[in-house]
Amino acid sequence: MRSLGLDVLFKGKNFLRLLGGLWVAVRISLISVVISIALGLVMGMLMTGKNRVLKAVFRVYLEIVRIMPQMVLLFVVYFGTTRVFGWDLSPEASAIAVFSFWGTAEMGDLVRGALIGIPRIQYESAEALGMTTAQVYLQVILPQAVRRLIPLSINLITRMIKTTSLVMMIGMVEVLKVAQQIIEANRKASPNAAFGLFAVVLLMYFAICWPISRLASYLEKRWA
Amino acid sequence: MKKAVIRRAAAAVMILALTLALSVAAYASDGEYRTLDEIKDSGVINIGVFSDKSPFGYVDENGDYQGYDVYFANRIGEDLGVEVNFVSTEAASRIEYLQTGKVDIILANFTVTEERAEEVDFALPYMNVSLGVVSPEDAVIESLDDVGEDDQVIVISGTTAETYLTKNEPDIKLQKYDAYAEAKTALENGNGVAWANDNTEVMAFAIENPGFVVGIPTLGSADTIAPAVTKGNDTLLDWLNEEIKSLGEEEFFHADYEATLLDTYGADYEETLVVEGGLVAGAGETADAPVETAKAGG
Repeated sequence: MRSLGLDVLFKGKNFLRLLGGLWVAVRISLISVVISIALGLVMGMLMTGKNRVLKAVFRVYLEIVRIMPQMVLLFVVYFGTTRVFGWDLSPEASAIAVFSFWGTAEMGDLVRGALIGIPRIQYESAEALGMTTAQVYLQVILPQAVRRLIPLSINLITRMIKTTSLVMMIGMVEVLKVAQQIIEANRKASPNAAFGLFAVVLLMYFAICWPISRLASYLEKRWA
Repeated sequence: MKKAVIRRAAAAVMILALTLALSVAAYASDGEYRTLDEIKDSGVINIGVFSDKSPFGYVDENGDYQGYDVYFANRIGEDLGVEVNFVSTEAASRIEYLQTGKVDIILANFTVTEERAEEVDFALPYMNVSLGVVSPEDAVIESLDDVGEDDQVIVISGTTAETYLTKNEPDIKLQKYDAYAEAKTALENGNGVAWANDNTEVMAFAIENPGFVVGIPTLGSADTIAPAVTKGNDTLLDWLNEEIKSLGEEEFFHADYEATLLDTYGADYEETLVVEGGLVAGAGETADAPVETAKAGG
């Protein structure tokens, strides 16, 4: 069997560097996911409301997020804000801003879909019982909507984790970039290192995404 | 119906606003840069390098930046008396980094071109790049005239080599491959008489694969690699140019080559690749140009 270049993995601080890179990816995505869920819930509720202007604005916002590649957004936020406003955002702040901007829009749309899926009778019954709007949402609608949301948002969250590799474009060294650095630095000594290292990176992404997906199916069953 | 109209109108307004914002972004004030004194006062210089382009700029197993560009960057830091903060850049973002002042210098294997010179200011060069041709040692192609009528030359699609040969040598038949590995196999199997690519690539190939030699080490327009600074940052540019000239006196870039590139390209190509004191051999030879010096090691 040919060497997979796994020896390279344990050369010097390479493995720690990969873990450090993974932490960068996880940190950016987790912070962005938390922000996205919070803002997305509010946005979804507003999108099902009656305010037409607000709905139109959200619609356009969602379209922009869908049309613009995340990499363009990263460039606009990281370099564009410096050019236009003279802000010097750190790469990490820019990345979190972009991923939250993206996540909020998609999350908002998912929440909107989940809310629309709740039969009207639920709203009407709750109101007939004399509940306030806040009570209707918090005690009747959201608990049902969240259950429908879980599988959809897991899809979004894991996509966000995997898309963090784009932050290398604005100078952040995350796990995939570290892997590329290790492969290149050992191009002559272990030409096969690419296969082994990308396999390790795959396992690392899996180790992050799989528990999230397990947690989701647990919650889905528990709340069913 | 009415709803759709409102939605469309709102979308149009937003898209207009966005376009406006982006175009403002494109034309807004350039020239955000730190002067030489500001860099010295801050005690840190930000230098953009590649972190995955061995042997020019890469990160070793201890997490330290290494390579030909990095060796020079460290010397710049030393001579300015400041710390060097390395920023990992990608080929596509090098100009943006300079135009927004997010780095002070780009030392990322940056080839000098006319288009780029309109966007950034290049200092004196410190390396040559051009095309090269590698062939089997029992049938060396030493000039493009050696390529017979029915012979084919291997190129990788989309490379400078392909563009150059198509444009300047239309009579030579090309055999095009999409990937490096395919081109390599084709040459090894004798599908073509030679392989044209960036000269650093073919030199490294010949060193790694016995039985092949670089018959034509330089071909086509000779380009150079140089440090770049934000357009208009004259204090830093002047300092860099002086630095490169004075480093020429101590043969700094030869030492740099021997420390970082010798393993990959061997001693034979030292004079082909290294530019010392900012003076490109052949272009305006000066009496005190330290170009032809003892060929290291042989």
